[in-house]
Amino acid sequence: MIASFIICFREFLEIAIIISIVFAATRGVCGNVRWIGIGVLGGLAGSALIAVFANKISSSMEGMGQEIFNAGILGIAVVMLVWTVVWMQSHGRALAQKMKQVGKAVCEGDASLYSLAAVVSVAMWREGAEIVLFMAGILSSSSESVISIFAGAAAGAMLAVIVGVLLYFGLIKLSTRHLFSVTSGLLILLACGMSAQVAGYLNAADILPALGQVWDSSWLLAQDSIVGKILHAMLGYSERPSGIQLTFYIGTFGLIYFLLKITKKVSHEK
Amino acid sequence: MRKNIVLALILASISAPAFAETPTFEIVIKEHKFNPSTVNIPAGQKVKLVIKNQDPTPEEFESHDFNREKVIAGNSEGLIFVGPLDAGEYKFFGEFHEKTAQGKIVAK
Repeated sequence: MIASFIICFREFLEIAIIISIVFAATRGVCGNVRWIGIGVLGGLAGSALIAVFANKISSSMEGMGQEIFNAGILGIAVVMLVWTVVWMQSHGRALAQKMKQVGKAVCEGDASLYSLAAVVSVAMWREGAEIVLFMAGILSSSSESVISIFAGAAAGAMLAVIVGVLLYFGLIKLSTRHLFSVTSGLLILLACGMSAQVAGYLNAADILPALGQVWDSSWLLAQDSIVGKILHAMLGYSERPSGIQLTFYIGTFGLIYFLLKITKKVSHEK
Repeated sequence: MRKNIVLALILASISAPAFAETPTFEIVIKEHKFNPSTVNIPAGQKVKLVIKNQDPTPEEFESHDFNREKVIAGNSEGLIFVGPLDAGEYKFFGEFHEKTAQGKIVAK
């Protein structure tokens, strides 16, 4: 029960944090619960599918299928996040202002909803397949009762949800104006963190070089600790980042900064 | 004549790495334990780990020390590239059965 609790808490925590950030970023946007719900369903379905085909995926691409698949889906998430942040800059402020004027949720089709729902799905695929495979394995091999295993898993998942909920309420305590820039900042850091993960997988697949280990902060904050996991999910904290990961992280930040600058210029010139 | 010999030596030294094979090491997972639990590898060189999971259930081979993680299904094998690593000890573990699945790589 302890094993299923710890592992389910750890794996669900990353998902819960991403979902909280997405909820906070889409607060006041009509249909956000529905679309994020669709994202979650897509995440669940995809996770189960990936778990079933885990072996086939893994042994493809000269044994590097898992790494390339993870790099691919996270890469898609990065692109969606970058697009969302840039889109939100031009449309988001207008929506936030409208919401202030009208005083209630703005019910327009919001493109950020669709892309963030996709990000939720992708984030769930990354962790979800692991959870499914772990649970299937433990249920068939452990001497513990099924109830005990599921109880541990459910408790772990619920604790992760609680952390996510606390994070969400912490975020929305900020005023509408600050909420926009804070959640934009979080989405940017999410993109940078995922980009660093892509680099990690491409290095593991022997496609990119590691370029050395930049630092070892495991003495300061272990990535496996609760705080470490939260920071890993929110801003991509890594206790032993490789040079290529840091390059992708900073590069993604620079790219987003550059894109925000030129789109701001374009919208001012209109 | 001497120029040709020098040219041949230069070409041979450039192409030698292409012919060198990546050192490969096997690790078996059985009853949620690694065998061998200590793997000695050459430092400063990229190596291949072939993880053979002989348990019927999946395991996640993971290491924070050399930055790898991979799920290996039951009765299957997985491939992991490691390094080049500086000389030292690097721990790895099976995330699904952390209590028993522990091991380390020693790079010399």
